[in-house]
Amino acid sequence: MSNYLYLAWIPLLPLATFVLLGLFGRKYFAKTAGIIGTASLLTSTLLSFVAARQYFLEDGKVNGAYQKIIALKYTWLEFSPNVSIDMGIIVDPISIMMLIVVTSVSLMVHIFSLGYMKGEERFATYYAFLSLFTFSMLGLILSSNIFQVYMFWELVGVSSFLLIGYYFNKPSAVAASKKAFIVTRFADLGFLIGILILGFYGGTMDISLLIEKLTVTSSAAFVNITTASFLGASMLTWGLTLIFVGGAGKSAMFPLHIWLPDAMEGPTPVSALIHAATMVVAGVYLVARLFPVYSMDESALTIVTYVGAFSALLAAIIACTQTDIKRVLAYSTMSQIGYMMFALGISKNGGENGLGYMASMFHLFTHAFFKSLLFLGAGSVIHMVHSNEMKDMGGLRKLMPVTHIAFLIACLAIAGIPPFAGFFSKEEILLAAFHANKLIYGVALVTAGLTSFYMFRLYFSIFWSKESTVHNNHGEGPWTMKLPLIILAICAVGVGFVPFSQFVTSDGIALTTHIDLLFSIAPVGLTLVAILLAASFYKTQNNKPEKAALAFGGFYTAAHKKFYVDEVYLFITKKIIFPLIGQPIAWADKYIVDGFMLALANTTAKLSTSIKGLQSGKVQNYALYFFGGVLALSILFIYIWK
Amino acid sequence: MMINNFFILLRQELILSVLIFLLLFIKLGKDRSNENILNIINVALFINLAAGFCCMHEGSLFSGMFTTNALVAFQKNILNLAIWIISMQSFAWLKTHKHVIEFYILLLTSLLGMYFMISSGNLLMFYLGLEMSTIPLAAAANFDLTKKKSSEAAMKLIISSAFASGILLLGISFLYGTSGTLSFEILPAHLGNNPLQIFAFILFMSGFAFKISAVPFHLWTADVYEGAPVAVTSFLSVISKAAVLFAFGTVLYKVFEPIANTWYAVLVVLSFATILIGNLFAIRQENFKRFLAFSSIAQVGFILIGLSGSSQAGLASLVYFILIYVFSNLAAFGVVSLVSALTGKENIADFKGFYKTNPTLSWVLTIALFSLAGVPPTAGFFGKLFLLMAGAAKDNYWLITFAALNMVISFYYYLRIVKSIFMEPNEQPIQKLAIPVVSKFAMYLCVAGIIITGLASVVYDYIYSLSFGL
Repeated sequence: MSNYLYLAWIPLLPLATFVLLGLFGRKYFAKTAGIIGTASLLTSTLLSFVAARQYFLEDGKVNGAYQKIIALKYTWLEFSPNVSIDMGIIVDPISIMMLIVVTSVSLMVHIFSLGYMKGEERFATYYAFLSLFTFSMLGLILSSNIFQVYMFWELVGVSSFLLIGYYFNKPSAVAASKKAFIVTRFADLGFLIGILILGFYGGTMDISLLIEKLTVTSSAAFVNITTASFLGASMLTWGLTLIFVGGAGKSAMFPLHIWLPDAMEGPTPVSALIHAATMVVAGVYLVARLFPVYSMDESALTIVTYVGAFSALLAAIIACTQTDIKRVLAYSTMSQIGYMMFALGISKNGGENGLGYMASMFHLFTHAFFKSLLFLGAGSVIHMVHSNEMKDMGGLRKLMPVTHIAFLIACLAIAGIPPFAGFFSKEEILLAAFHANKLIYGVALVTAGLTSFYMFRLYFSIFWSKESTVHNNHGEGPWTMKLPLIILAICAVGVGFVPFSQFVTSDGIALTTHIDLLFSIAPVGLTLVAILLAASFYKTQNNKPEKAALAFGGFYTAAHKKFYVDEVYLFITKKIIFPLIGQPIAWADKYIVDGFMLALANTTAKLSTSIKGLQSGKVQNYALYFFGGVLALSILFIYIWK
Repeated sequence: MMINNFFILLRQELILSVLIFLLLFIKLGKDRSNENILNIINVALFINLAAGFCCMHEGSLFSGMFTTNALVAFQKNILNLAIWIISMQSFAWLKTHKHVIEFYILLLTSLLGMYFMISSGNLLMFYLGLEMSTIPLAAAANFDLTKKKSSEAAMKLIISSAFASGILLLGISFLYGTSGTLSFEILPAHLGNNPLQIFAFILFMSGFAFKISAVPFHLWTADVYEGAPVAVTSFLSVISKAAVLFAFGTVLYKVFEPIANTWYAVLVVLSFATILIGNLFAIRQENFKRFLAFSSIAQVGFILIGLSGSSQAGLASLVYFILIYVFSNLAAFGVVSLVSALTGKENIADFKGFYKTNPTLSWVLTIALFSLAGVPPTAGFFGKLFLLMAGAAKDNYWLITFAALNMVISFYYYLRIVKSIFMEPNEQPIQKLAIPVVSKFAMYLCVAGIIITGLASVVYDYIYSLSFGL
């Protein structure tokens, strides 16, 4: 077994950057903070690639299967002689893959921010927070113990709270960051209880040991956890479901997604980092990490499947009704993560049946690149027009050629047009869904159609639609903002060709996959129709059709008819689908799901006000309550509760 | 041999007594500057702390009235550490105060009383120690001599304490009446589940609950904390509570072992009420000291859950949590004390935009609040987790779930403050403060404690090895 200890440097470098910039940044590195942060992360990124090369191409494979390697392990806390918590570094295909994803995307965001955040008053603080976040995320990925995962999980929460609330003089940003933190805290409580349940029955919190113990049906631990039950479900189901609740909180699955759209108040590069590629996929990573255990429990996986599929569809519908471009992207992220979740849910562990697992990871991988590209592109656009609203945009393609092309590539990738990256991963997911569950396949197909519709609605509204009213006074931005777009655009085209199934599978053994052209006809066809539809709605908000009608008299009737068809579509979508389905769902989302949380907070506040009379400030009253307490306890324990 | 034993077993008490006399002599001698005196005291308190760690022998004196062992010595060391930190943090406030020496004499006398209380092997000794620790504190609470609120706090503290002591004494009398003994050694054999003894126990326990401000015996807490000088408030909320909880743990596990079922149930009721009420009140506080008062009430509720576990891990997690609590709470109080001493501001709203002017203090306060809230990876998280795990040994999952939910609620109000510090604009933020070197050192010590106590497993392992269960 070779040495992977150097992996520890990958998270440690950003940590060191955070400490350096956090303590001295404002004084000494007010201008150079960005360079320092970027340089340190570049080193981490290079190390990740070195590790990937070593693991995937040199020594990770033993007897045809990729092994789990524990690079480092030591006992950290011992609660009592039989309960202890270890810490360590785990090396396996998904941790290496996530390392690549997180370091690359984070690096792009670091570079992009050099231009985007230039001149901000708290520039050094921003990079300090970015480093802290990257450190926590990398630590989370490398954790070999679920308890360690939990620690980093919380740290990710804290640092994202700081980043979302970065614009602290915007009240909405502050409210959003608080909401994100509190909502995910509720979810994390579930996570913690889930961990404790698994740890209690499994007798360990070490991930590899836990998997070993809970996947052998004859082991004592497995028998105990499946026979013990609470409210009609086995403790295994409870443990796994609660852990999934934690994951759902971070990954914005229904009904814990309410924080995600609001979290768009943060700086746009932050959204690209947190809400596209890293934190939001932590939930998916968590389920994947414990997947062998999940695969032992049908009920937990069913919950994962349906929550994922429902979130995917719901978010796609809502995305069609949004006018704030970052919110469209936020719902789109939620929808794509739903995709990854249900792909895990329908998968089995090992062999051909593990296709869903592999597809889910593949989609996570490709999605990270094109979604962060979309967010950064949106960042460029916002930088140009100083607005998030679609109505303030339009016709930007000439002003921002680089952004335009990059954004188009990303849209094609997320829509799943071959040969862009999203096509390959989505195709695998659809194939897996088709073989596992026809209902889920249907949902996935509809979602795919909706996805291309709202993405191209976004694309045409920003770059076509009408003549630009923006006066270009500062160009498209410095090269630091263009370079990441170009690199990510190349990735969005290229990463689909990575022979992913050779490397990352549920059991470490390479899987042969092939693209079935016949199978692809339906989804790709649907996607194309959706794109054309979007084009006909949003591309031509000018008088070209009238001019064309005058110039080419013979085509007039045809053009008119087309217009007529458009009217029908418009009527159906604008008059029926949007107000009757989309808006009610958006409304329910805003008032019922959000409202429940609000009610909970209000009740607590009310209760708190109603008992304030107790604290009167008069000592004689205090003595009375004291005496009352003594009496109540005496009566309770002498007469009632013997 | 006898003499030898006397000096070794009683050494912590003796050092403290010598210190008190030393202060008296300094007072009688020529005038020195406050700064000089404070430096001498801080060094002396450090020596006191260091000396506490040697010769942790087990034994008893005065025919069983006074007992000590390694756990007791360690608990006293935690108190020594806390008073050292408090002393360093109050530097800015005491530097200009006229009666520095009297103030320390009062605090150290109170601490001496606590030592005897923790080490007591007899209910009488226990009572004497408790009174000795309370009465000087009432005088100390009045030490903001020009503030009316401070006198009010002192009055409230002494009247409420007198009331609680009366009830406690009544409990002790009943215990003596039904068993014929006050000795911890003999008492358990005469205890049973008869109503009079349970009544006596409840009276006794109410006195305890008053000291640790468990609900419904907590009402004095907020007024006194708000009115008293910050140094006294931190003493009350950290040292006083810690000492009583240490004594409580020993008495419950050793003396009242025969009625363990009863006290377990009482603890469950008390912790439930304490967590709930403490949290609900903490949410709506505007004054920082009052806020810390109520949040510390809720913390006590968690400690009671750990204590109810009745196992070795229960006692260990109690001591461990208190050690962490010393660091976290004192770090928070340290910042508040500095701000209060230098600007006179004590409201949460005053801390808006604090980060802009005082980044270091902001980080200290944030880390302290995160630790109090129990956000990993701060030590506070491990402290709470271990308390809940110890409590879970009794299979009382509803209580544990309730407590865990309340942890989430508490995140809300701790976070509210972090939010004001970092994210809210303020026209007139607190200006940049000049922090005395010793206070700075004390704060870094606390932050290091918050981080290291959680991450270094030796601390908990050591405490665990000293503890005992039912």
